[in-house]
Amino acid sequence: MKSKRLLVPYVAWMLVFTLIPLGVVVYFAFTDAATGRFTLENLSDLGVYLPIFLRSIFLSLISAGICLLIGYPVAYTIAQAPVKRQRFLSMLVMLPMCMSFLLRTLAWVAMLEDTGIINSVVTALGLEPLPLIRTNGAVILGMVYNYLPYMITPLYTVMMKIDHRLVEAAQDLGCDSTQVFTKVILPLSVPGIVSGITMVFVPAVSTFYISQKLGSTGTTMIGDVIESQFKTAYNPNLGAALSLVMMILIFVCIGFMNRFSDDDEEGVVTP
Amino acid sequence: MAKELIRLTDLTMEFDGEKILDNINLYINDHEFLTLLGPSGCGKTTTLRIIGGFLTPTSGDVLFDGQKINDVPSYKRKINTVFQKYALFPHLDVYDNIAFGLRIAKLDELEVDRRVEEMLDIVSLRGFENRKITQLSGGQQQRVAIARALVNKPKVLLLDEPLGALDLRLRKDMQNELKRIQQATDITFIYVTHDQEEALSMSDTVVVMDKGHIQQIGRPEDIYNEPKNAFVADFIGESNILDGVMIEDYLVEFFGRKFKCLDKGFAPNEPVDVVIRPEDIDFVDAAEGHLRGTVTNITFKGMQYDIIVDFKGFKWLIQTTDYQPVGKRVWIRLNPEDIHVMKKSEYSGLFGDYSSYSAEYDEIAEDTADEE
Repeated sequence: MKSKRLLVPYVAWMLVFTLIPLGVVVYFAFTDAATGRFTLENLSDLGVYLPIFLRSIFLSLISAGICLLIGYPVAYTIAQAPVKRQRFLSMLVMLPMCMSFLLRTLAWVAMLEDTGIINSVVTALGLEPLPLIRTNGAVILGMVYNYLPYMITPLYTVMMKIDHRLVEAAQDLGCDSTQVFTKVILPLSVPGIVSGITMVFVPAVSTFYISQKLGSTGTTMIGDVIESQFKTAYNPNLGAALSLVMMILIFVCIGFMNRFSDDDEEGVVTP
Repeated sequence: MAKELIRLTDLTMEFDGEKILDNINLYINDHEFLTLLGPSGCGKTTTLRIIGGFLTPTSGDVLFDGQKINDVPSYKRKINTVFQKYALFPHLDVYDNIAFGLRIAKLDELEVDRRVEEMLDIVSLRGFENRKITQLSGGQQQRVAIARALVNKPKVLLLDEPLGALDLRLRKDMQNELKRIQQATDITFIYVTHDQEEALSMSDTVVVMDKGHIQQIGRPEDIYNEPKNAFVADFIGESNILDGVMIEDYLVEFFGRKFKCLDKGFAPNEPVDVVIRPEDIDFVDAAEGHLRGTVTNITFKGMQYDIIVDFKGFKWLIQTTDYQPVGKRVWIRLNPEDIHVMKKSEYSGLFGDYSSYSAEYDEIAEDTADEE
C-alpha cells in the first residue's frame, strides 16, 4: 500500500526520537542512581515536590485563562475583518514568534528588573520602585506574552470557519448581537477554546526559563526542578521520575480537555 | 379581499457602483404565495435579503403593513427565513434547532415543547428530535429549516432556493409539501427560485426578474400564456420567437404569410415578436398546412419527442407525441390561439431560435443556474 509507505519516515522519526527516549525516561525513573537496580524510590520521593507541581499547574492555568481573555476578542476581531486584513493581522500575531524565545524573555527582564526601564520611570517621577520582577505576576506575564499566539491561532482558525449564514439565521430568529454571540459564536468556538487552552497550558506548565528569569526561588516551577536535576544536582533518575509524572499529568489534562470538546465539536463523524 | 402586507417602492440596490436592483416596485398580499423567478444574478436573492433585513437598500422604501422598515434590524421583523443550504446550527440537535427562536423569545418551556412537537408533526420529523444535524439527509435538513422558521409563526416566510440542493424526486415531493404547509398555516410565502416549473406549480403570483428589473408580474397562467417580452417567453417554458409585423388588430404577418391571432392594441404595421409554444404546434396534411419544413433532429424525452424543424432556415422546436423521421418534409398549422404577439424589447432577437439546439442544452443551463 502506497499510503502506508509514506508513513515510514514519520514512524522512524517517532521511534528514534520519541519512543526510545521515552523508554529511557521510564527506565531512569524506575532505577536507582547508584546501583542501577529497579526501585520505586524516585517516585515515592516526589511528595516533597507536590507544592511545586501545584504551583506550576496553578500559574499555567492562570496564564491560559488570561491568554483566553486577551486572545478571544483578538481572534474574533481578526476573523471578522476582510480577508486581506485578516492575513496581515494574523501575521502580526505571529510576528513575536519570529524572535528568539530567550530574547523575548530577557527583554521582559530588562523591563521589569529593579533598575529596569519601568522602575527608572517610576523613580524618575519620585516614587518608590515597584517590586515587579521575582513575583508570580512577572512569571504569569512572561508566559502570557510568550504563549498568546498559541491561543489566538487555533481560536482564529475555528472562528474563521463559522458560516456567516449561521449568524444571519440567528438574527432572523430574533437574536440581537449579544445573543448571536452567546448562542452561536461562543458555542461554535468551543473547539478553538479547548485547543487554545491546551496549546498554552502544556508548554506553560513545563516551562523553566521564564520562571528562572522573571521569578524567584518562591516561584520555582516543575520545569526548573527537572532542569536542575539534570544540570546541577546530577540526579537524572529523579529528574526522569519528575518528567514522567509531568508527562502523565499533561496527558490527563489533554484527555480531559478533548472529552470536553468532543461533545460540542461540530461535524464529528459518529459511526 | 386580499390585504396588502409588504410594499417595495422604487427599490434600488448598488454594490460597488454596480446596480443589482433597479427601481423595483412590488406589493405582496397577505396569505399570498409569491415567487421571485429569474436566472442567477437577476437580483431575486438581493430582493429577498432586503425584505429579510440583511441588506439595506441604497434607495427606495420597504413597507410592512404600511410602516417603513428600512432600518428595522432583521431580529425585530416578524419575518423568518429558510436559508439556501439551510444554515442549521451544527451545535444543536433537531429539537433545539427548532426551539431556538421560541427560546430567544423567552416563551415558557411548556409552550416551547408544545409548538416544537406540533411542528415536528407538520414536517414529519417525529422521532428525529435528538438527532444531530450532521446525521440528517438533505431532505430532512430542509424540513428542519422550514420547521425552525415556521415555529415562530411569522407573518411572512422567506425561502431562498430552499429545494436547490435536493434531487428531482425529493424536490417534487417537497414542492407539494410546501404548498400544503402554506395553505395550512396561512402564512405569506416569498419564494426565490430559478426553476420555472417550481415557480409555476406552487405560486399564486410569479415575479419574473432579470438584470435587476422586474420583467413581468402575474398569475402563473398569465405569465406562461401572455409573456410580456422575449426574455419571459424564453425563460418560462420553451418558445419559438419570430420577427413579425402586426398588420392590424387580430392579424399578424411572419414568414411572408398573414395569420389570424387574438392580440390587439398595436400600431398598424408595428414590428413585433411572435411567440409560438412548441407544444401548441400540430403536424397536419399538406392540404390544411400553413408552413412546410424539414425535420432536422428528433430527441425522445419520455413524455414527448423534441423535434427540430427547419422552416426557411429558421429552426423551430416542436414538442409532440408523433414520431417524425429526420429528413421528412412536414406541414404545420397555426391556429389563432397558438400565436402570441409581444412588443419588441431589449431582448428581441436574443431568444427563441433553436438553430444551435442540442439535447444537452437544458441541463447545461440548469447547472450554471445552480452555481449561484
